[in-house]
Amino acid sequence: MFNTGTEQVAVADDPEERSGGLFRRMRDSLSKSRRAMTQQLQAVMFDPADPEVWERLEEALIMADCGVPATVEVIERLEAESDAGGLTTGEELRTRLAEIVAELMTPPGDPRIDVSHRPSVVLMTGVNGTGKTTSIGKIAHHLREADMTVVIGAADTFRAAAGEQLETWADRAGADFISSQSGADPAAVAYDSVAAAESRGRDVVIVDTAGRLHTQDHLMDELRKIHRVIGQRLAGAPHEVLLTIDATTGQNGLQQARLFAEAVEVTGIVLTKLDGTAKGGIALAIAHELGLPVKLIGIGEGLEDLRPFDPVEFGHALFDADA
Amino acid sequence: MFDSLSDRLNGTLDGLRGKGKLSEDDINKAMREIRLALLEADVNFAVVRDFVAKVKERAMGAEVLDSLTPGQQVVKIVHEELTSLMGTSGAKLSFANKPPTVILLAGLQGSGKTTAAGKLARLLAKQRKTPALVAADVYRPAAIQQLQTLGKSLQVPVFERGTADPVETAAWGIEQARAQGRDVVIVDTAGRLSIDQEMMDELVRIKQKVKPHDVVLVLDSMTGQDAVATAEAFREAVDYDGVILTKLDGDARGGAALAVRAVTGKPILYTSVGEKLDQLEEFHPERMASRILGMGDVMSLIERAQEEFDEKQAADMEAQLRRGEFTLEDFLDQLRMVRKMTRGQGMAGLLGMLPGVGRQIKNMKVDERQVDRVEAIILSMPPYERRNPKLIDGSRRRRIAAGSGTNVQTVNQLLGQFKQMQKMMKQVGKGKMPQFPGMPRR
Repeated sequence: MFNTGTEQVAVADDPEERSGGLFRRMRDSLSKSRRAMTQQLQAVMFDPADPEVWERLEEALIMADCGVPATVEVIERLEAESDAGGLTTGEELRTRLAEIVAELMTPPGDPRIDVSHRPSVVLMTGVNGTGKTTSIGKIAHHLREADMTVVIGAADTFRAAAGEQLETWADRAGADFISSQSGADPAAVAYDSVAAAESRGRDVVIVDTAGRLHTQDHLMDELRKIHRVIGQRLAGAPHEVLLTIDATTGQNGLQQARLFAEAVEVTGIVLTKLDGTAKGGIALAIAHELGLPVKLIGIGEGLEDLRPFDPVEFGHALFDADA
Repeated sequence: MFDSLSDRLNGTLDGLRGKGKLSEDDINKAMREIRLALLEADVNFAVVRDFVAKVKERAMGAEVLDSLTPGQQVVKIVHEELTSLMGTSGAKLSFANKPPTVILLAGLQGSGKTTAAGKLARLLAKQRKTPALVAADVYRPAAIQQLQTLGKSLQVPVFERGTADPVETAAWGIEQARAQGRDVVIVDTAGRLSIDQEMMDELVRIKQKVKPHDVVLVLDSMTGQDAVATAEAFREAVDYDGVILTKLDGDARGGAALAVRAVTGKPILYTSVGEKLDQLEEFHPERMASRILGMGDVMSLIERAQEEFDEKQAADMEAQLRRGEFTLEDFLDQLRMVRKMTRGQGMAGLLGMLPGVGRQIKNMKVDERQVDRVEAIILSMPPYERRNPKLIDGSRRRRIAAGSGTNVQTVNQLLGQFKQMQKMMKQVGKGKMPQFPGMPRR
């Protein structure tokens, strides 16, 4: 999950553990929502000559919120392979579907969260209600599990009781909490948080920000300022800018990712609420159009319910019949 | 708010507009575009299929092919079908004969329930009701504090019992509200996933216990295809009466609303368009459909203007107009009124509501400093100049330019525009033109 700068700590990427159920829960939850789609995929025997098969596949991807361009891309690749004689059974079709999805969702670069700097600064962004604060609590918890010390900065100075919510998570995770007055300058809070981590010798700073719609120019400017001020306090920071995307989000998620990335150089997506009926296909659209990787997934409300993203597992979880 | 969908439809339908006769091929092409547009707008797949089939059937029919302007006819059909899909009239909450009315809010995590509870309380208070809030979200950290903060700012009582059982707390809170003579009680519940059986059961138990007069589903307008599954699951569990659609101030196309309406038949009661507590608006399906088609939301604009426009000011101005007087002072008043109407959405938000403006304005940033400049120029004139701009000669113009930090050209421009406006206003005063937005109808 993390690049801590010290190799042995990267336990979360151990393939042993992965097969042992790291993704079990994600698959379990995904499988509930996937039932309808899988039934559709199984309902038709694969026959490349049957145009209905392709329509059904298209439908399944659209229903998963993958969006039209990404769906077309996946279908065209499959069709090309089918025309070349590479696919003859429904089983092969399903396997290749998952693999193609995984390919599209694997942009170059390190999929882990970079916390190799001292201190490392992680800036958390996203629209309202996507799960920023909850995700921060979980990330802090996983960092503590990896024996790293954490400071959480409450730069959401706007929403009622946002600070109290974050403080509860900081307590649960065992992280330092840098609070702020309601209505305080969020950039100043971010600055103070980095300063506190430096003076206390903490490993990682996670800065929470207020939820904002990507269309609110003044709030996006505020976010730019937070980003800039962090960089002024500590050269090279923030090292990670994570954007939370709610798995239930439709095609607007693409616009969210685009505008947030334009404003603050987003380094990765945290795909939240994957434990519901939503399939999170918007992440495929985001990876396809913007090349932004999903780095973490949220699958519940507990401290533990955060996982590194694995594109192959995600692809299989979306389409595999027996997962 | 539905810009992209209207872009798409307009793009296709503009092509049809010029045509005298439509071939089946033309119609198929248009239907494909409509289908893609709706899918990209997050309208549920099945709903899209039905919608397109219906439009196509009517488009192929005699009413279009025999028409001299079949393109216009397709536009009309899409508009009509869209309107009927959105519902036919503005739905309302129902109130108890014997207060208090109990309103139960439910929805997924992060859909905006707590904020919606605060906004609803404010709206009801404005309608001379005495609302109270009950905090039945005992799971999310600080959810209760959030509601308390909102209640405090609204001066509305908030009843809570910490993390005690939410079913009991809801019932207890309503009793407290009744004892204090409050006539509406809004119960805020925890966000829950529709597949979380335990939590859905809890919601059902709350409903059974408190017997609400209205159950309202709070739905994020950015929701994708999953909206239908969620809406159906909540309907099965608590059979809600209507929907509050949130976060509509973003650029989400809001197809989820179309789909939920079409699949569950439940009306959309309100739309929530910002984080300020006054930003809860009534939902008007026919306006929304017009808006989707880029015809602009003129009614909402007028309504907002009426709300913001001071009655006395309006009467004064109307009298002046009748006498054929319209001065730079009136112009300044109007300017300030427009600024008030934009209410934090900025000028672009306001202009987006005007017919035909939506598409052009999308990528354009309106320079609000322009408004400041005009204000500065007018404020650099003594009152007698504002009332009688004819006095403003060359040397006065130079003085005004210097005083407002602009230049003579800008002052000239403003005076030219004002002269045009004055002419127009004279005609309005003589009853040659319909009343302009902002004038209350009497």
